[in-house]
Amino acid sequence: MERGLGMERGFRLFIFISLAIAIILAVFISPFASNSPDGLEKVAEDRGFLNMAKSVWRYSPFSDYSITGIENNYISTGLSGIIGIVIVFIITLILAKKIIAK
Amino acid sequence: MHIPDGFVNGTINLAGFGASAICCSYSIRKINRTMDERHIPLLGVTSAFIFAAQMINFPIAGGTSGHFLGALMAAILMGPWASCLIMSLVLTIQCLGFADGGITALGTNIFNMGIIGGVFSYYIFIFLKAILPKNRGGFLTSSAIASWFSVVASSAFCAIELGLSGTAPLKIILPAMLGVHTVIGIGEAIVTTAVLSSVLAARSDLIISMKQVQGKQWKEV
Repeated sequence: MERGLGMERGFRLFIFISLAIAIILAVFISPFASNSPDGLEKVAEDRGFLNMAKSVWRYSPFSDYSITGIENNYISTGLSGIIGIVIVFIITLILAKKIIAK
Repeated sequence: MHIPDGFVNGTINLAGFGASAICCSYSIRKINRTMDERHIPLLGVTSAFIFAAQMINFPIAGGTSGHFLGALMAAILMGPWASCLIMSLVLTIQCLGFADGGITALGTNIFNMGIIGGVFSYYIFIFLKAILPKNRGGFLTSSAIASWFSVVASSAFCAIELGLSGTAPLKIILPAMLGVHTVIGIGEAIVTTAVLSSVLAARSDLIISMKQVQGKQWKEV
């Protein structure tokens, strides 16, 4: 069935623009995101079980979307955002290629 | 609503890993059969977008914030099984790389956000789409309601898991979680509608679940 999904110019442009939007969100918008606790954290805080939270995995290089050593919070968050996007994009491509290969 | 380590007990986390593993292996088989290499860049860009959008916490009332989930958006764009895999991958990278969500609760988080938020909510979307007008408005209304539902349903499961773990009494935690996420879900519906209407305008042929709307024979994904 024709799905109009070829590697034509329009398709490449679509991928490029979508990726650019993701990068803009992560790099330039996310540093200005709210620092308030999220829904679950807030409920945990109000109901007094937030202190039960532990962290078993201690090797996250970008804990809480920041990079140790970079003092400017905006740059730290923005940089960790772009690193995250590149990692997520590349791993998805590699896995998708493996899964889809017939 | 990424659950950290220590909130949910071992039995539930083990069940979460089991359910997620079954769903992911089924998703892999489905994707292998239904997708081809032209879908690869679309999958990549969808997961990159979800990762980015999840970084943006928007404030809601009472010193609380929420962020976009994206599971239902991914299911509508790429199909429920691709959404399950995308969410699993994003949640795993967030957990290992960014200390967002506990490693012991990873399976539970994949269950709540990927399977309930993506796969299950997708069928709510399909149901709504079947009863609403078969046009752009019907499509966007179905996706808005289903995306709101996806956040509320994920939070309900999260509350049930916390209740069963004895972390907090269910009769307190369930209404509290539902209350907050009823509001966060509105943000989800707004973002999902904005993304889907942009893709509809630019390249509606890329929306896998659109095939049904146009009344054409569609390939089940």
